[in-house]
Amino acid sequence: MAQVVLKDLNKKFDEVYAVKDVNLHIRDKEFMVLVGPSGCGKSTTLRMVAGLEEITSGEVHIGERLVNDLPPKDRDIAMVFQNYALYPHMTVYDNMAFGLKMRKFPKSEIETRVKDAATLLGIQDLLKRKPRQLSGGQRQRVAVGRAIVRHPQVFLFDEPLSNLDAKLRVQMRVELKRLHHDRLETTVIYVTHDQVEAMTLGDRVVVMKDGLVQQVGEPLELYSKPRNKFVAGFIGSPAMNFIDTTIVEAGGALYAEALGLRVRVPPDRVSRLGPYKGRAMTLGIRPEDLREAGGGDPQDLVFEALVEVVEPLGSEILLDTRVGNQTLVARVDPTVRTRHHQKIRLAFVPDRIHFFDNTTDEAIA
Amino acid sequence: MTALRQEPLAEEWARQRARRRSSVLARLRSKPVAAFLMCLPLLVLIVGLIIYPFFYSIYLAMLNKRETQVVWLDNFRFLFTMDTFWLVVRTSFLFTFTAVFFKALLGFILALVINTLPTRGQRVWRGVSLVPWVMPLALSTLGWWWIFEPTHSALNWILVELGFAPKSWLADPFWARFSIILVNVWYGTPFFMIMYLAGLKSIPLELFDSASIDGAGPFQQLRFITLPMLKNIIAITMLFSTIVTFANFDIVRVLTRGGPRNETHLFGTFSFRLGIESGDVPLGAAVALVMFPILAVSAFFILRGVRRSVV
Amino acid sequence: MIRSIKTRRQAVLVVCYGVIAVFMVFFLFPPYWMALTSFKTNQEIESLKGIPFLIQQGATLKHYQDLFTKTDFLIYLKNTAIITTLVTILSLVISVLAAYSLSRLGFIGAGILGTGVFLTYLVPDTLLFIPFFKIIGWLGLLNSKWSLLLVFPTAIVPFCTWILIGYFASIPRELDEAALVDGANHLQMLLRIFLPVAVPGLVAATMFAFTISWAGFLYPMAFIFSNEEQLLTVGTVTTLIKGDVYHWGGLMAGALLACLPPVLLYAFLMDYYISGLTSGSTKA
Repeated sequence: MAQVVLKDLNKKFDEVYAVKDVNLHIRDKEFMVLVGPSGCGKSTTLRMVAGLEEITSGEVHIGERLVNDLPPKDRDIAMVFQNYALYPHMTVYDNMAFGLKMRKFPKSEIETRVKDAATLLGIQDLLKRKPRQLSGGQRQRVAVGRAIVRHPQVFLFDEPLSNLDAKLRVQMRVELKRLHHDRLETTVIYVTHDQVEAMTLGDRVVVMKDGLVQQVGEPLELYSKPRNKFVAGFIGSPAMNFIDTTIVEAGGALYAEALGLRVRVPPDRVSRLGPYKGRAMTLGIRPEDLREAGGGDPQDLVFEALVEVVEPLGSEILLDTRVGNQTLVARVDPTVRTRHHQKIRLAFVPDRIHFFDNTTDEAIA
Repeated sequence: MTALRQEPLAEEWARQRARRRSSVLARLRSKPVAAFLMCLPLLVLIVGLIIYPFFYSIYLAMLNKRETQVVWLDNFRFLFTMDTFWLVVRTSFLFTFTAVFFKALLGFILALVINTLPTRGQRVWRGVSLVPWVMPLALSTLGWWWIFEPTHSALNWILVELGFAPKSWLADPFWARFSIILVNVWYGTPFFMIMYLAGLKSIPLELFDSASIDGAGPFQQLRFITLPMLKNIIAITMLFSTIVTFANFDIVRVLTRGGPRNETHLFGTFSFRLGIESGDVPLGAAVALVMFPILAVSAFFILRGVRRSVV
Repeated sequence: MIRSIKTRRQAVLVVCYGVIAVFMVFFLFPPYWMALTSFKTNQEIESLKGIPFLIQQGATLKHYQDLFTKTDFLIYLKNTAIITTLVTILSLVISVLAAYSLSRLGFIGAGILGTGVFLTYLVPDTLLFIPFFKIIGWLGLLNSKWSLLLVFPTAIVPFCTWILIGYFASIPRELDEAALVDGANHLQMLLRIFLPVAVPGLVAATMFAFTISWAGFLYPMAFIFSNEEQLLTVGTVTTLIKGDVYHWGGLMAGALLACLPPVLLYAFLMDYYISGLTSGSTKA
């Protein structure tokens, strides 16, 4: 049980920073997810925590200890790898027992721990098999089991679900979450490129890009209050729509001009947006915050769009639409009846609009 | 007083020694040092038993016959005036290029044919085909030697039955050369087959499907898919075989010992004849060294090909 | 239409099997002829009557008997067995350590050494036997089979190292990392993870070391003169021939028996051998 603290962590590969000035405080028993596109430095960060990657500068603390110079085996961590990294020549039992054998645990203790972990994961009948005789999901469980038996202070997961098929991935996701809640109660650092996985699993989520931490926060916080355009576009699927806009003042109120509309800026944003008067900005709106306009919608929030593609998903419909030279995705009720090449009237949900500075990409809210 | 002084000194020494030892241990544990130590035997072998002997043989080649005096390039000059030497050069090139050509051709045909069979049968034929390659060459050549025997053996029996005149295979210069090439082709074709078969297996089947939908017949598929895809492996295998064939010793030594009248000597056997059997070590070394530029050029191209196939 | 595709396929197969038959006769005739001769009586070998491709006057094991009782064959066999075993072990230890280090640990110059390994494996024995002759002379090992412990590995180690580097490189890096996290040190990692996983590569390398060493001809030919120290290949080729009359039956019996160990090894472990052979130059 331990917190993990990263201080000014840097990693350079040949003069290029893979990880730059990362500061994180991962609390005891917290499920922390690092998410970002490939090459963002999330795996490198995890591997520095594990001790598999040398630290260029900065500090990694696990519990009360500075572990920069400790080899992986002395850091009291366990890791689950993307390709499972099961030892192909050992049985499931031996795979799970290997770490304990290396640490010279007594035989009886090894046996109880392996049996317990196997029961917990529902693989108690597979202990005599070799990895190649297992399905993907079973291998995944063994990899997790190998980590569990060690009772480490910190669990590290490096994209553990990305090799599973879609259905199994969802199932394992739920199981991992349950495992963490009900049984393990251990600090977890989990790396993934899948934002859905990040949102569903993490107590908190770290979004990274180009080696830099973009935002740290609880999943819904990232979703509703993205700190910059990158986070806004990365979290959520389909991605947030970005529209060029200009801020203008008319009759004492602020308006954002976009799509031929004048959308009134909600009063609580006026003070922050004031300095942008007369300047170009980016307006962000999530697909679900565009809805089919009804009679009650105020006219300054309604615009007409040309439907280009209809994607009926059952519980909802995604509309790829065009307004002028801007494409917008809208997520609408399954009851909406429309076809491609038809026109549809859409309306903004005004208090869900995001504004971004065009030079810094920072959210202005 | 002195005793008092020495005590802390001894303690200090002990501490220093401990520190030094721990730093040695730490260095042993560090990755680069461990890595270097593990490579050390290999390094010793390469330097002591390949690089050093190579340079030593250059030195040897510049000594006089009794190895008492450095004569610089005299041995080479002498070689270049020797008719036998030029005969060896001609035979070596003829032997190498003819043998490599036929090995490559026959190996390719066999690989194609085996690859066409149903998958289940392929393993057996591939396995049996490799028998010539697995038998120790000197011993299988001994078998060939008996096959070429003119009066009691197989080859001439067949010739006579077919109505031809029997040949003295190993005594006639032309047929002796033919014989050493034949044995080399027999020995080396399986290797080419194995390499080409592995190459053929690595071509995605979709390419052939796609080509046949595009209207390519078997020969066009061979010309536009198979050969281009195998280009690299064909080149590497041929160059590799060029080196091994050029430097061959066993076949000629067992079949003809270079005869008749030195007509079948290769660099290796000629060097052995001069250096070991006639006791002129420097001249033997010089003959072997003449091989080096040819081997080096082949090696250079192999290395380039291998590198390219990695990238 | 369907039938015509089927018949065309059958025609192709007939041609294929025809071609294969020709190749098989070519490949297998020499060992067949050797075996045949070794079982024939001397009279039958020398007789010019009848078809020579069959045994017509009764098979005999006399040539094999004589081989063991009247020649030094057993001495050669013993020498070859000793030298081959030792050379194989020695070469494998050196190759495994070097390949592990080169494929995983890395140090300054590791890349150059890797290329060096490849180049040395292209160096043929005919290039080096003359300087070796002198060096072995200084060491007082001329006419001793132990000299071969020194020179055989020069051909074998680079090749085995090269093959093993390929095999080790194909082991996913995550596996070592998992072992590191599990608490293994470099030696444990090599012994408990790498070697067991690389067993196919090790088998292939062992086979190569064994067959190259067993078939070695030039070095024993150049460095060893006495029967007591001689190896099987050179012994069979040079001393089993007595006087002017060639004892073809005995000679072929000897040659065939001497071929047997590598051929048997190959028969049982063919797949490892082939994958090693092809990976050596295609993948690595």
